[in-house]
Amino acid sequence: MVELALPRNSKVTEGKKWPQPENQNNIHEFKVYRWNPEEDKNPSMDTYYIDKEDCGPMVLDALMKIKSDIDTSLTFRRSCREGVCGSCAMNIDGVNRLACTTAIEDIEGAVKIYPLPHQKVIKDLVPDLKNFFDQHRSVEPWLHTKNEEPDQEWLQSKEDREQLDGLYECIMCACCSTSCPSYWWNSDKYLGPAALLQAYRWIIDSRDDEREARLDKLEDPFKLYRCHTIMNCAKACPKGLNPAKAIASIKKMMVERRVSKQN
Amino acid sequence: MNNPLSPHLSIYKFKLSLLMSIAHRITGAALYFSMLIFLFFLISLASGASGYEIFSSIIDTWIGKLVILGITWAIFHHMLGGLRHFLWDMGKGFEVQTVDKLATITLLGGIVFTVIYWALYYIL
Repeated sequence: MVELALPRNSKVTEGKKWPQPENQNNIHEFKVYRWNPEEDKNPSMDTYYIDKEDCGPMVLDALMKIKSDIDTSLTFRRSCREGVCGSCAMNIDGVNRLACTTAIEDIEGAVKIYPLPHQKVIKDLVPDLKNFFDQHRSVEPWLHTKNEEPDQEWLQSKEDREQLDGLYECIMCACCSTSCPSYWWNSDKYLGPAALLQAYRWIIDSRDDEREARLDKLEDPFKLYRCHTIMNCAKACPKGLNPAKAIASIKKMMVERRVSKQN
Repeated sequence: MNNPLSPHLSIYKFKLSLLMSIAHRITGAALYFSMLIFLFFLISLASGASGYEIFSSIIDTWIGKLVILGITWAIFHHMLGGLRHFLWDMGKGFEVQTVDKLATITLLGGIVFTVIYWALYYIL
């Protein structure tokens, strides 16, 4: 359902202003979304000041700096700090991206950081991604084959393998799905760009024998067809992938098989 | 526990592609309702000279002209947007730069076609 305004308990208020560092030469302002489940308060935006000379170059460095030096209660997910694990996905300066691959320098003015949009917040910058991963599971992202398992690996021609480029690199960070207005309004029924990109990754795999069954499962007014080519997903993807294109490829396959059935 | 919903529309940076998606829907809906004006026009034609007088006197006001101008723009904008979607349905034009180019072409094209249309109307 389209709901433009936030529910009453989710309205963001002005939060605490933390003290500025002594070295005033090179400070950067950070406004960070805070919500603590143990307090009966609305979410708020806390303001922090970082001495850039005493901090790494990335937004994640700043968050770690805040957590270790200023406010230990700040909660966020992070792991690899090099754009591989997808844990530190968040909304930075109005766009979903990874905190570890976003340079502080590239953002003008105060850096505003929110959790991934339109998600249930567990704490601070940590959203509840259960539905997101359930949807990924629902496309059965593993090989379905009727053949007997080979002694070594499942072989594939070079050309067939190339079909998976731009698909297999997905790190499931959820930047794309949570950037999509269609997903905001229908995340209960629409699978969203990430799950659909993964669905296509298995549909197009030459070693998979369940293409028809996979397409049958997606033939649904909501699961697939809520994509209206808004293109927020492709613009948000930190790995430069294009979920919108993958979704269009699935839609095209749907039409092609309907036409070939009629003939 | 009453967990909040994280902010979405109010904080997400509006890119041209997103605005164009919204504009495509709005022009589509506006064109649907503008059929009522077209219907009113047909009724006025069918009911003879006096009926047509009433219709044209309304359309001749500056508000009427603005509405007609708006409809003309909506037609061209929505038509170009439709062609853009047609291209996408064929699996083409998905590169991020191409998407931005297509959006700009649609936006400017809609305005240019509207200007040309009315220029021709007044010249001819």
